[in-house]
Amino acid sequence: MTKESPMTHPLLAVEDLHVAVEGKEILKGLALAVNAGEVHALMGPNGSGKSTLSFCLMGHPKYAVTAGRIRYRGEELDGLSPDARAKRGMFLAFQYPTAIPGVTIANFLRAALRGVRGGDVPVKEFRQTVKTHLKALGIPDAFVNRYVNDGFSGGEKKRLEILQMAVLNPALAVLDETDSGLDIDALKTVAAGINALRTPERGILLITHYQRLLNYIRPDRVHVMVDGRIARSGGAELALELEAKGYEGFKPAIEPASV
Amino acid sequence: MATKPQVNINEDYDRLYGFHVPERSVFKAEPGLDETKVKQISGMKGEPAWMLEQRLRGYRHFMRKPMPTWANTDLLNSIKFDSIYYYLKPTAKQGESWEDVPAEIKETFDRLGIPEAERKFLAGVSAQYESESVYHSMHEDLQKQGVIFLDMDSALKEQPELVRRYFGTIIPPADNKFAALNTSVWSGGSFIYVPKGVRVGMPLQAYFRINAKNMGQFERTLIIADEGAEVTYIEGCTAPTYSSDSLHSAVVELIALPHAKIRYVTIQNWSKNVYNLVTKRAVAHEGATVEWLDGNLGSKLTMKYPGVYLMGRGARGEVLSVAFAGSGQHQDAGAKMIHAAPDTASVITSKSISKGDGRTSYRGLVKVHAGAERAKSTVRCDALMLNEESRSDTYPTMEIDEQRVQIGHEATVSKIGDEQLFYAMSRGLTEPEAMMMIVNGFIEPFVKELPLEYAVELNRLVQLEMEGAVG
Repeated sequence: MTKESPMTHPLLAVEDLHVAVEGKEILKGLALAVNAGEVHALMGPNGSGKSTLSFCLMGHPKYAVTAGRIRYRGEELDGLSPDARAKRGMFLAFQYPTAIPGVTIANFLRAALRGVRGGDVPVKEFRQTVKTHLKALGIPDAFVNRYVNDGFSGGEKKRLEILQMAVLNPALAVLDETDSGLDIDALKTVAAGINALRTPERGILLITHYQRLLNYIRPDRVHVMVDGRIARSGGAELALELEAKGYEGFKPAIEPASV
Repeated sequence: MATKPQVNINEDYDRLYGFHVPERSVFKAEPGLDETKVKQISGMKGEPAWMLEQRLRGYRHFMRKPMPTWANTDLLNSIKFDSIYYYLKPTAKQGESWEDVPAEIKETFDRLGIPEAERKFLAGVSAQYESESVYHSMHEDLQKQGVIFLDMDSALKEQPELVRRYFGTIIPPADNKFAALNTSVWSGGSFIYVPKGVRVGMPLQAYFRINAKNMGQFERTLIIADEGAEVTYIEGCTAPTYSSDSLHSAVVELIALPHAKIRYVTIQNWSKNVYNLVTKRAVAHEGATVEWLDGNLGSKLTMKYPGVYLMGRGARGEVLSVAFAGSGQHQDAGAKMIHAAPDTASVITSKSISKGDGRTSYRGLVKVHAGAERAKSTVRCDALMLNEESRSDTYPTMEIDEQRVQIGHEATVSKIGDEQLFYAMSRGLTEPEAMMMIVNGFIEPFVKELPLEYAVELNRLVQLEMEGAVG
């Protein structure tokens, strides 16, 4: 069950969100609220608009909000650049992280931390922070000398996303299919990393296609997304029902959009 | 319109390098070139007859050879050879300490940070101003080990046999129009000889400065690394910003004898009114390595294709280059690798960035002669365009006359990607910060090979400014 937020506003409130990409409507009245301390799983078939939601939450310029709104701690986000959102404590772990050749992870993390904090980060503190999280995630120290996502395996990319999340310490983390393309060992490591970052202050939105990640991370709420809307919401047991029935079972339940 | 970030290259050029001081000379030839002037230059320098012969051969080839019909014919054909000053001697003698150098020339090099760099991390320095070297020094211990580092004119006097033996052997007078021009009017440049087995730990540096208007600078450099010797040489160059054009046409010859290693680093940062038409070539004998690190930031038009002739078994050649072309600039740069022996290897890495209406071209040749078995060559060209108007072209040529070889070529052209920007910005970097990070990452393979001081300088030259909304 949804816990009472210590603040007047939920951490994230998505209200009747309509989003179009290159003129085509992908999100068609999506509503969702995530409070601090909660883990929500958003599940849905391919093409249901999960990644569109994640990009839109982070302010990707290609995704235009045509109606509805996203509020973060009560503040409407529309028009805010991605870096302004990051500075407010939002984070997106990408499904397909981008390579930045020639830029080491260490330099990238330092610039990012400086960015979200809005000020310089003492070298010593930075090193210590990174070292601690590397250790917790079972990543060798030399990893940070590699170029960001350049020639990385799927597992390495996902681990780097979790490392960034750990170092940047966001209040709201959206994880877009962080489980995809991982073998079972990598999946366990990544899940353990996410569980370690589960705190009463942080809200997490796990976007996933499969139920298997939820074997390792128990969500407070599960939402099933079909065709740009939430078709059903429930507790952790909903994921199991979904596993048994498949997404097909949820489709007839959808009402036509009330525009 | 919203504020739009822009990556800027050399935005501060006029303040940092584009200045000039009052012209001074003890001798200045009339502008334009003829045979009398060639004889006059040679005569003033008191050269041996064979060098005058060489100059006159160069002059005849220069007059006879047509202008190249490729790269950028519009710009090439607008060079006004008759208004160029081919020889300007700024002082009567070369200084061995900076105190000996005339005040305004010393001040110029101070502003460019040369004496400071010398104190910090260089084993020897040569400073050329217009046509002549005005300052020269080398660490004493290198002298004791028999290392010779001189300006080319002094070398011709003090090491006549060595100079005569190697001068023009890699790049003969008839090689191309601009090499011919250099041969006819050359002045200054560096001569280095590193004896067998001697490794010069710290770099030797030469700095080339043009101060006068319509100046032509034609230095001539010859580096010989004897068996097993190692040396790193760095050259830098800048000039004042003028509305009329100057011409820089150097010839550089490198000879790496068996198992020697030469690394030649260039940070070319001429002002945008300088034509930079340079011929650079090396020979690598058995087991020897020659590396050209070539950074081209400035000039109006650069045409430069450093080459390595891999003549002995197991010789290795590398060209690693970065070129920036801003508005009004064309960087036509590349590399030549000639495999003439078995087990030779070459690597060409070319990185170019263009913005505004700037143009970058990669022009390269890899040739493998029959019999050069197991030759290996890798060519990689990456071009990054910062806007829609800029242009980038690749002209790779491969001539492979041997079956048993491994040749690879890869080329990418990209614009700064929206996805890269979004990714970095989602981590809290502003758009300008994200752009700078991507550009710096792009040139990192070059920058990381530079001595730290140069790496810092290069990163500083690539800067960022906000192109603000009007009003």
